[in-house]
Amino acid sequence: MTTALSTSELAAKINEKLPGSITEAGREFLTVKPEALIDVLSYLKSTPGLEFDYLTSIHAVDQWDYFELVYLLVSIPHNHSLKIKTRCQGRDNLSVPSVVALYKSANFQEREIFDLMGIRFEGHPNLKRIFLWEGFQGYPLRKDYL
Amino acid sequence: MEVNNPGEACIGPEHELDRLEGQGIEQLKAASQLATADPAQWLEKGIPRGILLTTLDAVLGWARKSSMWPVVCFPACCAFEFITAEASRWDMSRFGMEIVRASPRQADLMITAGTLTWKMAPQVKRIYEQMAEPKYVIAMGSCAISGGIFASSYSVVPGYNRLFPVDVYVPGCPPRPEALIHGVRMLQRKLSQATSITRNTTK
Repeated sequence: MTTALSTSELAAKINEKLPGSITEAGREFLTVKPEALIDVLSYLKSTPGLEFDYLTSIHAVDQWDYFELVYLLVSIPHNHSLKIKTRCQGRDNLSVPSVVALYKSANFQEREIFDLMGIRFEGHPNLKRIFLWEGFQGYPLRKDYL
Repeated sequence: MEVNNPGEACIGPEHELDRLEGQGIEQLKAASQLATADPAQWLEKGIPRGILLTTLDAVLGWARKSSMWPVVCFPACCAFEFITAEASRWDMSRFGMEIVRASPRQADLMITAGTLTWKMAPQVKRIYEQMAEPKYVIAMGSCAISGGIFASSYSVVPGYNRLFPVDVYVPGCPPRPEALIHGVRMLQRKLSQATSITRNTTK
């Protein structure tokens, strides 16, 4: 069973290295500023003792005022896991940096979120629709669709 | 157009293909707003028939109903019930259904086992059009009949009869193999009453 990492010490560690990048440290997750997302994830991936080398999935949650992206990270060598959240405010022209350069598994997931939730991922190598067809109007998994 | 690399030249730019696919789906969606009428009219005996025609019809009807070959069209989970009905426990081949053809040109029955999305709809319609006449369709399961629980969804075709006429509807989610076999028997009964002159194709 994968153990969820305690976030309080981890938040202090990250704050030391990248000051101001973390906005909230919950019991099981860390909320990160979107502009610091790449730095935090590459820190988590490359630091000895953490080595989060596997991105299980990305979730996009529609919270009306903002969209929340949840990154589920797992470390294969250390057998521990972590949730990273980031928020993008508003409902139009949303964009978040892409993490495909760090985690290849993010490729299709980001395309799916782009297709169904309408969040752009800056720096994605092939950001186009994956489920719906060209010409489909709207983002069907948003809460205000229909 | 000069062809330097034949493998790449015929594929074309990726976004152009995506645009064409989207265009095709939108056109199909616009064209299938209403359900196609069920082809039940051809059961009525319209023309007066003598001994010769009746005997010919009986022979043709027997031949058609005894060698129904379904085509592979299994977009979703009802396929497993169909596979079960084909397998040894229910053994649908008792009724002349023994071969599932991978090529629509060799088949005369389409059992639409599963939910159909609009993105898949052009391909299924093409399979139907490639089947040789006379061809018959059994809509298997709630999704095939009306879209089922996905009927109001943004991506699901609300019933195969939007795309082509359906002969027999088998309800259930999914239908039991017995129900499917019953549907096939109903279609066979329908076939044995058909006239050999024409089949009323509405589309």
